[in-house]
Amino acid sequence: MSQFAINLLFVGASFALYIGIAIWARAGSTKDFYVAGGGVHPITNGMATAADWMSAASFISMAGLLASGGYANSTYLMGWTGGFVILALLLAPYLRKFGKFTVPDFIGDRFYSNTARTVAVVCLIVASVTYVIGQMTGAGVAFSRFLEVSNTWGIWIAAFIVFLYAVFGGMKGITYTQVAQYIVLIVAYTIPAIFIALHLTGNPIPMFGMFSTHTESGLPLLEKLNSVLNELGFEDYTADVDNKLNMVLFTLSLMVGTAGLPHVIIRFFTVPKVADARWSAGWALVFIAILYLTAPAVASMARLNLLTTVYPEAADQVENYEEAIDNALVYAERPDWIITWENTGLIEFTDHNDDGRIQLYNDANPDFEETAEARGWEGNELEVNNDILVLANPEIANLPGWVIGLIAAGGIAAALSTAAGLLLAISSAISHDLIKKTINPNITEKGEMLAARISMAGAILLATYLGLNPPGFAAQVVALAFGLAGASIFPALMMGIFSTRMNSTGAICGMLAGLGATLLYIFTYLGWFFMSGTNMLPNTPENWILGISPLSFGAVGAMINFAVAFAVCSVTAPPPKEIQELVESVRYPKGAGGAIDH
Amino acid sequence: MADDKSNAAAYWKANVRLITGCLIVWALVSYGFAILLRPLLSGIPIGGTDLGFWFAQQGSILTFIGIIFFYAWRMNKLDAQFGLGE
Repeated sequence: MSQFAINLLFVGASFALYIGIAIWARAGSTKDFYVAGGGVHPITNGMATAADWMSAASFISMAGLLASGGYANSTYLMGWTGGFVILALLLAPYLRKFGKFTVPDFIGDRFYSNTARTVAVVCLIVASVTYVIGQMTGAGVAFSRFLEVSNTWGIWIAAFIVFLYAVFGGMKGITYTQVAQYIVLIVAYTIPAIFIALHLTGNPIPMFGMFSTHTESGLPLLEKLNSVLNELGFEDYTADVDNKLNMVLFTLSLMVGTAGLPHVIIRFFTVPKVADARWSAGWALVFIAILYLTAPAVASMARLNLLTTVYPEAADQVENYEEAIDNALVYAERPDWIITWENTGLIEFTDHNDDGRIQLYNDANPDFEETAEARGWEGNELEVNNDILVLANPEIANLPGWVIGLIAAGGIAAALSTAAGLLLAISSAISHDLIKKTINPNITEKGEMLAARISMAGAILLATYLGLNPPGFAAQVVALAFGLAGASIFPALMMGIFSTRMNSTGAICGMLAGLGATLLYIFTYLGWFFMSGTNMLPNTPENWILGISPLSFGAVGAMINFAVAFAVCSVTAPPPKEIQELVESVRYPKGAGGAIDH
Repeated sequence: MADDKSNAAAYWKANVRLITGCLIVWALVSYGFAILLRPLLSGIPIGGTDLGFWFAQQGSILTFIGIIFFYAWRMNKLDAQFGLGE
């Protein structure tokens, strides 16, 4: 059977599984559709939350960024897991006690204002659409590979399938479908990692293998990787970073963003008890951590495998690499996986020095120019898109065809489940929170559904269009979404719970200032509305204020939000007495009752 | 009623103290060991690199899980102790 057929088989079988479960579970759960976690054990709920949470960014893109950035990109690992600590300690139990179903609903009621509700809807839409752009980028990579089409076609096909998936909606709310998606996703991620760890280090557990000895050379794996990288003019994989401020702010942005994104928060609104909200966050993190502890191992091992594919003789060397480097891979003898990825346009080869061999090295390093020249190199010849790394990983390591099919199914599951969830969050924010609660309370149920579908279609077209020329790799675009959510929604939720004094004017001004400042900073470097070519300053570290990258600015935006909110609040009237009492009551689990329908 | 109020205030105070403690550990392993204090920990080797790198890519995540379960366990005890649970 050809690889193409195997891929189709795995992706098709996994889809059949989700649809089967959706049909099986639907009958019993339509009536309590909103209470997705109701009566579900915290472990099951945690698994479903993990599937909801881990998107194309975590599955497809993150290890690629870790592989290219090494230690510096540890921010993704810490940021996307550390946010759950904030969520579990500062938000989840209280939001559960408050008993609402959507984030704009909480903000609208706590700040007793439809304006606050509308501003929250705007913040939610901006963050979610940005998030979907990242998913489209990632899903496009997965589809282009497994259908063997160009990346552009991959994105359009992904858009079509995400749309179908989201319109049939029910799939999303059903916890058991997500449990199945989690299992497909985690098996697909860990199996190749185990094979590779076993092959490179003899240790079957990737998170330990990464810190053990590389079998072929006898050096510790990370030391071996550093030595090969050095030889090619790259920085050490484990090298420390100079700009610690940016690294701290980036990590903080991702953490507060985690605690501000609607589709994750929503799961904690609906668990049966306040105590369960606390446990659920813990279980969700356990299931997420299985992938997040494996990702750094996948990253370092894939980087080494890629280098030893191009320089096959370097694998067992300890220090003398000259000969291995001269005998680089002959392009005409390249393995099949390079050919298939070349077809998607995500790997490109240019033979700058016409020697028929592939030279992969860091041509942006001025200190390395002399060495490169002496070796007769005239520029890096192999451009590899970061986002392909996880999907190509089993092929690079020569794993059997079924592992490749499995990883295609896992990547697509990750992208689709999250994209569909976000589209539902966007459409419910527009049709329910905006139109029904603010603009036209008399809208018919049919009209509300129509508005939901139209906004869903609009959001996906916009995200797909922007996804064709994404402002970064999937995980970077998603990081921007986290910055936006962290700068706008997170502070409003925090102040709503922890400050009895915070009033509506303060919260509204805070959200607008946080969102506005963050958008302005991002658009300045990445182009207005992410349109390439419209940026006012080049997106390079020299141009960033204090070296703060647009990806890290969410943390600054959140601080601006807090500062503006407290300043405005101190000169305006305190909230009404019943709101202050409401905030007090949210602090105690007693009397939480069921989540209230509306 | 006054009793209820002081009981509730004591519960909230205990909760805030617990949250503060947990967040100190949270910040120490991520922003501390993994980022800002990494140069100080560079003398402690671990599998071909240093302890700071391990905290950045493994240790902080494991600690986060520990914090959440510890907090959930302590809070559920506090809920019962103050009679404020469900």
